[in-house]
Amino acid sequence: MTFLAVADRTPLLILAGYLLLLIGLGAISQRAFRGTSSDYFVATRSIGPFLLLMSVFGTTMTAFALVGSTGKSYESGIGVYGLMASSSGLIHSLVFFLVGIKLWAIGKRHGFVTQIQYFRARLDSNGIGFLLFPVLVGLVIPYLLIGIVGAGVVVRGVTGDMFPDAFPGIAHPITGATMFAGAVPPWLTGLIVSGVVLFYIFAGGLRGAAWANAFQTIVFMLMGVLAFYLISKKLGGVVAASEQVLAKSPDQFAREGMIGKAQFMSYMLVPLSVGMFPHLFQHWLTARSAKTFRLSIVAHPIFIMIVWVPCVLLGSWAVGAGLEAPGGKVNAVLPMMVGALLKDPVITGLLTAGILAAIMSSLDSQFVCLGTMFTHDVVMHHSAEGRFNDKQQVMLGRLFIVVIVTVTYLLSLLSPPNIFDLAVWCFSGFASLFPLVIAAVYWRRLTKAGAVASIVAMLATWIPLFWIGLVQRTGAVPKADGDYLVMGVMPVVFVFAASTIALVVVSLATRPPAPEIVDRFFPPRDAGRPEPNP
Amino acid sequence: MRGTSPFWLLVVALAVLHQDFWLWDDRSLVLGFIPSGLAYHAGFSLIAACVWALALKVVWPSHLEAWAAEGDADVTDDEEKR
Repeated sequence: MTFLAVADRTPLLILAGYLLLLIGLGAISQRAFRGTSSDYFVATRSIGPFLLLMSVFGTTMTAFALVGSTGKSYESGIGVYGLMASSSGLIHSLVFFLVGIKLWAIGKRHGFVTQIQYFRARLDSNGIGFLLFPVLVGLVIPYLLIGIVGAGVVVRGVTGDMFPDAFPGIAHPITGATMFAGAVPPWLTGLIVSGVVLFYIFAGGLRGAAWANAFQTIVFMLMGVLAFYLISKKLGGVVAASEQVLAKSPDQFAREGMIGKAQFMSYMLVPLSVGMFPHLFQHWLTARSAKTFRLSIVAHPIFIMIVWVPCVLLGSWAVGAGLEAPGGKVNAVLPMMVGALLKDPVITGLLTAGILAAIMSSLDSQFVCLGTMFTHDVVMHHSAEGRFNDKQQVMLGRLFIVVIVTVTYLLSLLSPPNIFDLAVWCFSGFASLFPLVIAAVYWRRLTKAGAVASIVAMLATWIPLFWIGLVQRTGAVPKADGDYLVMGVMPVVFVFAASTIALVVVSLATRPPAPEIVDRFFPPRDAGRPEPNP
Repeated sequence: MRGTSPFWLLVVALAVLHQDFWLWDDRSLVLGFIPSGLAYHAGFSLIAACVWALALKVVWPSHLEAWAAEGDADVTDDEEKR
């Protein structure tokens, strides 16, 4: 009989404590829950500026921001910050300002809870809902996948040798050597994380998600800064860590040879995705007033900077320190740095809890949003008035959430792609629906046929490109590195162009919508002039 | 949001400034540890926040709040009133 060395399980105990804390928070938010569907789905439109900032930011930043950005920086250098972070600081706030506030006003005026309710009313079409519902759910699934895969990767990275008898590890795809021996496997982490998030959103709905988001956003920002400080100290300080990179792999600190200029420019389209995220739409509707948005609009770029700059530096520093991504899995770079460099079980546990906080603060809003869409856009829309009471509505929403989470969980068991790449594909799909929302909000001439053409054009271009650019490349051995480009630019350019052209051409070629319908969604002209803030 | 304001030219200028091709092969460090390309974009994030703070002053859509409150059929809020 052989006895295998067992690693200190303190990090796992800290993680378990953190998850219990979230369950407790869910139980508290249940007490604040008013029992109505309005409170469950949009927190009775009562969320203030701080909670809106934290919940919108926490929802937007997921495994993509921490695990993905570190891995991508390891792979492609510091240019990743300009690719996604600084552009998002500009574009996200622009979208909050131009689209978010307007949709909040429209949602409040007409009592909308979901995007599809808005588009159905704005375009006077039931059909648009049938088309949009599967598209939005289909695009949210990869977004959920990012979180579930990210959580699994992180916990596996820091729990090596903790359970050598239970989890023997996996074989390296090329050498066959055993990797991650004794580590908690991703299937188990995915199951537990999904279960905890389901518990607290079932308890408190979107209000519970907003509270948990605010708490978790504070946790992951603090832990991110702490990780940066401690890891840089282990590498001999920030100056020494950067000098190591210059000595070993100076290209990490430039973009020449790492990122093309046209590729960089085309990434600017990706952050437009926030305009069509259904979970963000729902968060916007929770705002108490238009002024509630102000803090989010200004602080969002700064918050992105606080989270992304350390992660991007850490990814490049890993190259300078000669750390190898296990099995070429760049998703594992951040947990590997935390586990291998810090070697302090308490700190490792706290930092891992911080990463999980970032992941769960996105999963919760996405879960609630899926339930909301199903309840309002499918069940309620097709049922006679009064057919379902508030309790039944909430129950139906919860059932649908469980179905989608199960599907996503099963997908996460397949060979997962690079988190950053999966996120960019998912965001590219949403970004290519942005022409639809901006036209709906600002262009009276948008027609039902134009909207349908735009969605169909988006699907007809996104699906084949996604298949070639992500699914096939992920299945290849060894996996293809770097972004999939078409003529030197990101595929989103072509999908976005197809969607925009189809929308404009078909709208102009079809009969304009009836003024009495369109007028409901545009403030009167005399009130339409921007006014200086008093 | 009717009419155009010079403010939106500022946003367009920021989008142009985001394409910092002149720093493409610059490997020098700012403050001894931040690569210049990263330092530039971190600064860009701060400037973006300042520009959005300015937006609140000069192009804030004050009319929307009153328009939203004149709602004709706020179903979910009506549930609360009941």
